[in-house]
Amino acid sequence: MRLLFSGAAVTSVIISLLIMASLAGEAWGFLSSVDLSSLWDMGWFPRRDMFDIKTVLTGTLLIAAIAMLVATPLGLGAAIYLSEYARPRARRWLKPILEVLAGIPSVVLGYFALTWISPSIVQRLNPHAGAFSMVAAGIGVGILVTPLVASVTEDAMRAVPHALREASYGLGAKKATTVTRIVFPAAASGIMASLILGVSRAIGETMVVAMAAGAVGGSLFELNVFEPGQTMTAAMSALAIGSDQVAGGGGEGAVNAFQSLFFLGLLLFLMTLALNLLSDRFVRKVREKY
Amino acid sequence: MSVSGNPRTEDLVQQAIRGRRVGFGDIAFPAALLLALLFALLFLATLLVDVFVKAWDALSGRGWSVVSNPLSLNAETAGLWQSIMGSLALTGVVALLAFPIGVGAAIYLEEYAPDNRFTRFINTNIRNLAGVPSIVYGILGFTIFVRFVNAVGAGGGVGGKNLLAGGLTLAALVLPIVIITTAEALRAVPAAIREAGFGVGATRWEVIRYHVVPYAAPGILTGTVLTLARAFGETAPLLLVGAATGFFSAGAAGPLDRITGPYTALPVTIFSWARQPGADFRALTAAAIVVLLVVMLTANAAAIILRNRFERKW
Repeated sequence: MRLLFSGAAVTSVIISLLIMASLAGEAWGFLSSVDLSSLWDMGWFPRRDMFDIKTVLTGTLLIAAIAMLVATPLGLGAAIYLSEYARPRARRWLKPILEVLAGIPSVVLGYFALTWISPSIVQRLNPHAGAFSMVAAGIGVGILVTPLVASVTEDAMRAVPHALREASYGLGAKKATTVTRIVFPAAASGIMASLILGVSRAIGETMVVAMAAGAVGGSLFELNVFEPGQTMTAAMSALAIGSDQVAGGGGEGAVNAFQSLFFLGLLLFLMTLALNLLSDRFVRKVREKY
Repeated sequence: MSVSGNPRTEDLVQQAIRGRRVGFGDIAFPAALLLALLFALLFLATLLVDVFVKAWDALSGRGWSVVSNPLSLNAETAGLWQSIMGSLALTGVVALLAFPIGVGAAIYLEEYAPDNRFTRFINTNIRNLAGVPSIVYGILGFTIFVRFVNAVGAGGGVGGKNLLAGGLTLAALVLPIVIITTAEALRAVPAAIREAGFGVGATRWEVIRYHVVPYAAPGILTGTVLTLARAFGETAPLLLVGAATGFFSAGAAGPLDRITGPYTALPVTIFSWARQPGADFRALTAAAIVVLLVVMLTANAAAIILRNRFERKW
């Protein structure tokens, strides 16, 4: 039995190795066959051999930043309320509802971002914005990330020993003071971990961005968040949908375009891996303390 | 909620020190926090209402034909039959693969594995795998699983981009989550249970089989249901392993052809319908989302009720 179970555990390592092998192999093929100057161009147009990294990186980071602008106040606020203020009975109701929000598939949020957030929020804020914009996608991703931030933050705050709170009250501190000056700093590394995890999730989110950020085929370098933008994940999904035509159509450019998918995948994998390792380190700090 | 002591200790101390005076911050701060929470829930409510309102025309006008009709490019008759069947079959493949491997791995890591460098490496690796973006798993599926399915002769007419490859990809995607939730459930079983088992002469396997796993079962099952729901709603990786190829496939094939042939899944259909022009398809997309949400929210609610009902306090 033991051998069988350990084999199951090793499966996860094999999956990691296969992911890295499949990414690295094709990404190397892309880098060695493509003209390196095309990686720094005026935009991301894979069919025209323009693979500008800064376009997709800016798009990705802008949308992740908007997402965190939404998810940080909502997620932290919800978590602090649930862990410090909510009565047990209220908590028993509110927490599962937040978990339901976490279970909403991203394709649904993509549709919501496109058909509600974009006309009802974004276009009301800025009448010049089109149906597709980085803001709409960013808000959608933010809603998706909020429950994750909330649940990791709540865990961190509840891990703070009660004795700390009682000591603070014993000195005459108010509840609000105790929460902001004692509990929050004590849980700081866990909260940091939740935010880093949130960024990692926002960077890797695909469907919301593919549906609401526009720029399906390609995009020029764009800094205005009310314009459509291209992210790494959206570019990957666009290449994936068109992949059969590329394989059938042949031609040098088409092969490069399809291989850029793996290059983006590798970039995305490395970025999220770094963020996840960082967040893991913060979480372990909390565990060591208490 | 308090972990130790009287949950209202703070209130009593407050009153003793400053009487019943309540400052502005004591009201404004929690009010702002509650507002943040309600805002998040408001988005959820808006999403549900918005989708149901948009879907109402299609659902009330077409009734069950939205579910039972085959896929079509004609918005008047298009239905979701292949998509729903495809998604259920995918979830079945995922359950068959990810559940046994995930639970096995968790049992090894929690019950057998010595606390050494290798075990810690596996644990870190699993946590990182859980954070890998889903579309990257699509690349894994495209380069490895599609070729594997082809190599074992189950490629069908689509060169391996079929249900089996899709199921393998999703199983790899949810495996770390199954392992993590199962390990958590196992860890929640107190050591005293194991020690009592060993004390009366049970072998390690007997302790696991007859004591630890039965106690952890509700937690494991809840986690698995949530994970399968997640697999049911996953879109991005399937785009790379051919889920769109089944758009026109009618169901006139044998059972084997259905497994190895073209396929599609409900979330992928939603994605492709959302890209179709015209108001008809917009309503139909909303209707498809309602179907997806009904399945997923039922699974979620069932899991949460199951957990609240069987949750044990030691």
